[in-house]
Amino acid sequence: MKSSKILYLVFAAAMATCPFFLNAYWTDVFNNVGLYAILALSLNVILGHCGLFHMGHAAFYAIGAYTAAILNTMYGVPVLWLMPLAGILAGLFAMIVARPIIHLRGDYLLIVTIGIVEIVRIALINNVFDITGGANGIFGISRPSVFGFKISKPDHFFYLIWGFAALTIFLLMRLEHSRFGRALLYIKEDEVAAGGSGINVAHHKLVAFIIGAVWAGMCGTIYAAKMTIIAPESFSFAESVILFTIVILGGSGSIPGVILGSFLLVGLPEVFRGLAEYRMLVFGAAMVLMMIFRNQGLLPPGPKRYDVAARLQAGGAQ
Amino acid sequence: MTLLSVDNLSKSFGGLMAVNDVTFEVESGSIVGLIGPNGAGKTTVFNLITGNYQPNTGTVLFDGQNLVGLPTHTIVEKGIARTFQTIRLFQNMTVLENVLAGAHCRMRAGCIAAMLRTPSQRREEEEAMRQAMGELEFVGLGKEWQNKAKNLSYGNQRLLEIARALATKPKLIVLDEPAGGMNDQETQELINLIRAIQDRGITVLLIEHDMGLVMRVCSSLVVLEHGAKIASGTPAEIQSNPRVIEAYLGADSE
Amino acid sequence: MEEFFQQLTNGLAVGGIYALIALGYTMVYGVMKLINFAHGDLFTIGAYLGLTLLVSFGLFDKIGPLPAVILLAVMVMILVAIIGAVLERVAYKPLRHSPRLSAVVSALGASIFFQNAIMAIYSPKFLVYPHDILPKAAVNILGLDIPIMRIILFMTSLVLMLALYFFIQKTKIGTAIRAAAIDQGAAKLMGINVDRVIMLVFCIGPALGGAAGLMVGLYYGQINFSMGWMYGLKAFTAAILGGIGNIPGAMVGGLLLGVIEALGAAYISIAWKDAIAFCVLILILIVRPTGLLGERVAEKV
Repeated sequence: MKSSKILYLVFAAAMATCPFFLNAYWTDVFNNVGLYAILALSLNVILGHCGLFHMGHAAFYAIGAYTAAILNTMYGVPVLWLMPLAGILAGLFAMIVARPIIHLRGDYLLIVTIGIVEIVRIALINNVFDITGGANGIFGISRPSVFGFKISKPDHFFYLIWGFAALTIFLLMRLEHSRFGRALLYIKEDEVAAGGSGINVAHHKLVAFIIGAVWAGMCGTIYAAKMTIIAPESFSFAESVILFTIVILGGSGSIPGVILGSFLLVGLPEVFRGLAEYRMLVFGAAMVLMMIFRNQGLLPPGPKRYDVAARLQAGGAQ
Repeated sequence: MTLLSVDNLSKSFGGLMAVNDVTFEVESGSIVGLIGPNGAGKTTVFNLITGNYQPNTGTVLFDGQNLVGLPTHTIVEKGIARTFQTIRLFQNMTVLENVLAGAHCRMRAGCIAAMLRTPSQRREEEEAMRQAMGELEFVGLGKEWQNKAKNLSYGNQRLLEIARALATKPKLIVLDEPAGGMNDQETQELINLIRAIQDRGITVLLIEHDMGLVMRVCSSLVVLEHGAKIASGTPAEIQSNPRVIEAYLGADSE
Repeated sequence: MEEFFQQLTNGLAVGGIYALIALGYTMVYGVMKLINFAHGDLFTIGAYLGLTLLVSFGLFDKIGPLPAVILLAVMVMILVAIIGAVLERVAYKPLRHSPRLSAVVSALGASIFFQNAIMAIYSPKFLVYPHDILPKAAVNILGLDIPIMRIILFMTSLVLMLALYFFIQKTKIGTAIRAAAIDQGAAKLMGINVDRVIMLVFCIGPALGGAAGLMVGLYYGQINFSMGWMYGLKAFTAAILGGIGNIPGAMVGGLLLGVIEALGAAYISIAWKDAIAFCVLILILIVRPTGLLGERVAEKV
């Protein structure tokens, strides 16, 4: 455990200082990594911890982004203030949509979530309620500002995004090591046994969806503010596939795994920009190979520490 | 006083009548055995009590409340815990984590409290750990707390299931063939354990094929055959009941 | 009224395509409980291979339209069947005893691989089948002018479906497939080579999908490396609609979905056409998950 703690500290220090060493292009790449990391971490709650086959995560992301975009461009509300609202609306959407499908068998749930993300995308393109701007999307979203300081350069966004990522990691780690976090794992391992042990399975599945959605929604706000333009094609099924793959290949249920996955799946293609044509080809082949040779992911979750129990054992041991 | 009262319980699967108009009672503080030849419908009755199946007719009164129609986790909250005939542990999780699953329903902290790590949440976690380790000591698995459930011996896995059930702080514990796969010594330890559970004030309802255990530990028995109750009474009464002997024809009864 | 029948026949023609693709999904899911995400891409490969063969051999000039189309179909079906079998060996066989999610991810990876391979080999742009090779005439039935191609499309799909149906119902191998779809373990005990059955299923399904791709290319004229995605998802919806694992179900589901979609596009809104299939999907899974004709899925050994 000790050596991994050191590793994490080194990583954190490196991340905190890297904008000073990277040019604007690479800082922006890291910004993208950060956004995907946050999104993947939110999906991790649903897919990695709770084991729900969810391929529609881009829908929650979209709702958050569009909420922020619409309210900002129509009413001039500062973008960062809209983060909680975007999250809540995405969460509400998740609650309404997940309710009827929560009991579906694994692969059926998968297909339905794909259907949902596609319906959302089509609705956005068709300018539903006349506010989504159709296929061209919404433009002119204002940049975020913190206490009057306007965030517009990649360097600034880096700290905003990774700051939020750090907060996300902090809170989700706490969630993992709690009664709620354990409940999700029990459900993933064996639903019937979980129910028989007194866990309200349907309720926890729903809450997992909602938490994942809220986070994705908040992340959508940052995305909208960073790009200042958003369009339906950024929230397609392909995006969901990338997030899904990050979680599975990184190590489902493992926060370090998911972050590593984000770096690899978003950062690595940038390294091989020159071979643009073959990137996705390799990506697809890599997915197949990973499942055959290391299907638990690159960094699967390790055993958890239970200090209290260890103390009790040591204290009462003969 | 009567803790559990099963009345006119019936369950059919398609054309098959698995449980046919079964009625019996379980007195608070007692150890009741549900016995009968294979296929008599015993596990089905358990599943009906714990909410895994819904009966066609009949009621299950527990502490004065009808449990029929309630979901399994609510029934656990009301005070009935169970073990499974085929052992349903969280195989890839540790022994401690398995027991903590049982503690879940007696805790309150939700996801927000977890993220904020409120003082009450921290206290609750510590209390749950303490309680879980306590239950493990009680069944004799204290040393194994870090081991993965799948690495335990068969007999120990059954004990772990019991520990998990005890962690739900039940009033009634329902054991489905707890001695399955146990040798003589383990069975004797199980008898001691069941008596210790009774000493804690928990009522026990069990299905067992090991007649030796059943006769030694149960204060009363209910006998099922082909889904219907054919006899009930004390072990002595049941042993000499001609109908029961006929049902078991040739079965080992010592 | 006339509009209605036009849309109805249109829906049946497209529905036939959906049905052919759906058969591939349903057979694989029935025997292996696996959603073959790469199946839609096999359909695409069929369309592209058809184009390549058509253009490079100049068949139409040499032997005339009807024999050429049949020969083309046979060649495409054989080639796609081979690719399907290879896909199974490489991406799915090693995962037979792994958790289901692994096979799903592998299928996704295979799908991404195929799509990008097509894009790399051919081009990201829309490719066009040669015009003027197929009759454009319309036939007058009951007072309506129905394009003859629509009828041919539908009839071809019907013929292939019926052929499959008789194969499954009347031949020994077909029975073996049905047995494996009901209970793999028992099938093995009865001496059925389940490995062979799976290989066969991965030949027939893709073959039908490839044929569907060829027909789409001939009928609509335009093909694109991502066409398999939409068609695939809709075909899967059709399979679920009819009852996954159920072969007549896939046929019924495909035709029904085609008709619903065509009528929906005409009478509700054409912009939401694609969403109709997804709505049907979600509705069916919530209201009647076993499908219209009931599902037939293997018991995991």
